Amino acid sequence: MTLSYDDVVAKYEPVLGLEVHVELNTNSKMFCGCSTIFGAEPNTQTCPVCLALPGALPVVNEKAIESTIKIGLALNCSIAPFSRFARKNYFYPDMPKNFQISQYDEPICVDGYVDVEIETEEGPKKFRVEVERVHMEEDTGKSLHVGGATGRIHGAEYSLLDYNRAGIPLVEIVTKIVPGTGKYAPEVAKAYVAELRDILRSLGVSDVKMEQGSLRCDANVSLRLIGAEKLGTRSETKNVNSLRSVERAIRGEMIRHAELLNAGGRVVQETRHFQEDTGLTRSGRSKEQAEDYRYFPEPDLVPVEPDAAWIETLRAALPERSSLRRKRLQEAWAVPDKEMAAMINADVLDIVEATVLLGADPTKARTWWLGEISRIANDKDVAIADLAITPADVAEIVALVNAGELTDKLARQVVEGVIAGEGKPAQVVAQRGIKVVNDDGALMAAIEKVCGEQAETAEKVRNGHVPAAGALIGAVMKETKGQADAAKVRSLLLTYLGQSEG
Amino acid sequence: MIRNSASEMAAKLAAGETTSVVLTQAHLDRIAAVDTDVHAFLYVDTEGALAQAAAVDAKRAKGEKLSPLAGVPLALKDVMAQKGIPTTCGSKILEGWRPPYDSTVVANLKKNDIVILGKTNMDEFAMGSSTENSAYGPTHNPWDLTRIPGGSGGGSSAALAAFEAPLAIGTDTGGSIRQPAAVTGTVGVKPTYGGVSRYGLVAFSSSLDQAGPCARTVLDAALLHEAIAGHDPKDATSINAPVPQVVTAAKSGDVKGMKIGVVKELNGDGYQPGVRARFEESLELLAKAGAEIVEVSAPNFEYALAAYYLIAPSECSSNLARFDAMRYGLRVGDIDGASAESVMNLTREVGFGKEVKRRIILGTYALSSGYYDAYYGSAQKVRTLITQDFTKAFERADVLVSPTCPTTAFKIGEKANDPLAMYLNDIATIPVNMAGIGGMSLPSGLADEDGLPVGFQIMSPVMKDERMYSVGAALEAALLSKWGAPLLDKAPIMGGVR
Repeated sequence: MTLSYDDVVAKYEPVLGLEVHVELNTNSKMFCGCSTIFGAEPNTQTCPVCLALPGALPVVNEKAIESTIKIGLALNCSIAPFSRFARKNYFYPDMPKNFQISQYDEPICVDGYVDVEIETEEGPKKFRVEVERVHMEEDTGKSLHVGGATGRIHGAEYSLLDYNRAGIPLVEIVTKIVPGTGKYAPEVAKAYVAELRDILRSLGVSDVKMEQGSLRCDANVSLRLIGAEKLGTRSETKNVNSLRSVERAIRGEMIRHAELLNAGGRVVQETRHFQEDTGLTRSGRSKEQAEDYRYFPEPDLVPVEPDAAWIETLRAALPERSSLRRKRLQEAWAVPDKEMAAMINADVLDIVEATVLLGADPTKARTWWLGEISRIANDKDVAIADLAITPADVAEIVALVNAGELTDKLARQVVEGVIAGEGKPAQVVAQRGIKVVNDDGALMAAIEKVCGEQAETAEKVRNGHVPAAGALIGAVMKETKGQADAAKVRSLLLTYLGQSEG
Repeated sequence: MIRNSASEMAAKLAAGETTSVVLTQAHLDRIAAVDTDVHAFLYVDTEGALAQAAAVDAKRAKGEKLSPLAGVPLALKDVMAQKGIPTTCGSKILEGWRPPYDSTVVANLKKNDIVILGKTNMDEFAMGSSTENSAYGPTHNPWDLTRIPGGSGGGSSAALAAFEAPLAIGTDTGGSIRQPAAVTGTVGVKPTYGGVSRYGLVAFSSSLDQAGPCARTVLDAALLHEAIAGHDPKDATSINAPVPQVVTAAKSGDVKGMKIGVVKELNGDGYQPGVRARFEESLELLAKAGAEIVEVSAPNFEYALAAYYLIAPSECSSNLARFDAMRYGLRVGDIDGASAESVMNLTREVGFGKEVKRRIILGTYALSSGYYDAYYGSAQKVRTLITQDFTKAFERADVLVSPTCPTTAFKIGEKANDPLAMYLNDIATIPVNMAGIGGMSLPSGLADEDGLPVGFQIMSPVMKDERMYSVGAALEAALLSKWGAPLLDKAPIMGGVR
């Protein structure tokens, strides 16, 4: 029996912990000069260092350090005057050295926070997510397991290794535990990742494309009985590749944990993999016996000791904070608080801004993305960003409506067509033969027909009861398959029935 | 001609008395004549060496300005990556691997037109003090073929002592340049850590490894030192500062007014009488040359060996993880259905020798959670204390001295089954690596009891490498005038040529 989410949060308090990995967009890798461009032929972006040939040595990419410090500053962290790299030792074929150069007990940035705001039943509410650390490390290569049913190593006939990704600079941002979010835990997690993504984008340090893996989130969640002190056992969910998935994964895990606990079972500390199709997680590696990574300071690298003046230069050059940007946009667009929160929650702020910059009216742009397009995304169970409609398309549709060439209702058909892959708005209009019926003759014919069919209602209107006209207008619109301009229909109908506009 | 020093050879080349091709061929002939007995080389690059020699001769014929050692042959320890040339580190696990790149040391050698004859034998991954741990069989000491030539760089030191090469490259993690030099009657220098790039040096223990020059004279070592040293952007631990003026120091050999500190703890019990006698004699000669001899104490040196055998294995357990059969070298058990894990395990089982496995296990244990603080953590503290001991000692003396090792060359097989006895051989050399300072070993004569070479160690502060060259050159000159001929003239005749 599946528990309802409300039952879960009535009994348990979720505690979150989020680890976000960000691929930096430096031109070269973390410890060598190889290119970092995504999608190149396998193993073409490698060298003795990132292939871990005997004798090769790492050298730190200074740009990566700069980017990490910027991230730390933007997340309100202290920048360590002395930090070190460490080796994390474990064997895996896609990790050339069989250790990962990371940072362990001496990370470069510590003790920051991110404030997020979400829409709650009691109105917009702020949550502070505390950041424990921001540290640098290198990515691994990629394994492609061929021949198995699952694409996993077990059951595969053979595996292919691509080391292009090996050594790409990664920054890991780890939160402290986040209690006190109650039933809003999924939303807070999502808002945090969204905020982080906005900050990283504004810093220009990463592509932050979740679908390409340049921003990856591991969501830790545990439950404890409301009022309890002791933390429950957590699970760590990986493979969460969109903002929407962050929310779904946490909600799903909360329900799964609660079902286990209610049944008298226990939660196993393990890594779980989020399944995009089902919204559920699948058991991965058990962490019951914590792996011993035998960390020790990386002897091939010297400590990182950034100059204090340089840090201040970087701080002074930080871009607009995303909270300030939101405030600025909200004022410029005259958006009510609730609507603003909804936009942030639906992760459409960037896309609306892009649409406005392309000439659309802010309110109309917002209405389209937040309304019709969000609804379609929901129905299709995909993220808005994954739909085949762009800010340019929406701007074009808004312009067509303004020009009187489309009604709102027709415009919805165009949106649907664009999303269905039928082309740009103009193409959809042409192909579907969508046009506003402005021909008075055709409209009059429809009006006469409707008034004949609904003679009683028509009579009421004729006798001065104007509000009754609504039903007739609706019928005319139906008769003309929505291609008519409702205002025009109203005006013609009232004239036909001897009433003036009023 | 092969008995000349490298600088004498260089002078003859510069004067047009011989060519690099002739000189190189003479060494190749010598290798062909004696290396069956000595087994200093794992690979002889006849073609490459002659081609390189011909190229230098051509440059010289055109009147190009050449570096001081241009055209002089050299033996390269097999731990250094050289493009296209087999590089095994004395291990089966790298059998057949030809690096696609040059180490910085090799690039510097090539830039200086120093002719690379081939790769020399070594203890597997530089772990050992006798070259018996090579997967390709031991190297024999030219002074007595039943004895070890030291290690890990026994191949390089034996090649010098057998006149198979006038110059060699070694690497020193705990004494692998200096101890082989001591037991073969040759000169070996471990520069300041970071003085010579480690890029392309296959790592044993990254924080201790240092490449350096091996030669038959102090001046030759200095010339080679300057050829390979200098800042390298590819090695983050390489020191970005001018190379110490070691050639000038070796040429002057002036010790007047210098304070030479005798390390109290590196003498006495456990040191062979003949080793102590030669050491005392050398001190007298240095005093006579104008140096002031003082005694210094380094109380924490007694923990150096124990700490070393935690730090070096810890780093090696991680450094050697990359030998996993995935990308290069040996691959064992790659049959249908075998998992990557089983191939990795089998390859490492078959590919690594006993001593390497011992140290990987030791290091893995020392780094394990729950043991880290007690082992690796404590060892790092000892390291700091040793560095402080040196700092204090250098406040009282310009250089420090000691015997290089407690004994002369032991018999092959004698300590092969007693790792602790083997480890003790490095007791006087290890502190230098722990502190990252410079250390040199040069011959101080033969022990009376066995007639075998004894080494004299000189230690200098970080980036003051020129000091050990001044002292080394002074002692070398005093000993030479005392002996009337180089020590190696007393070594047995091999291959019909003395």
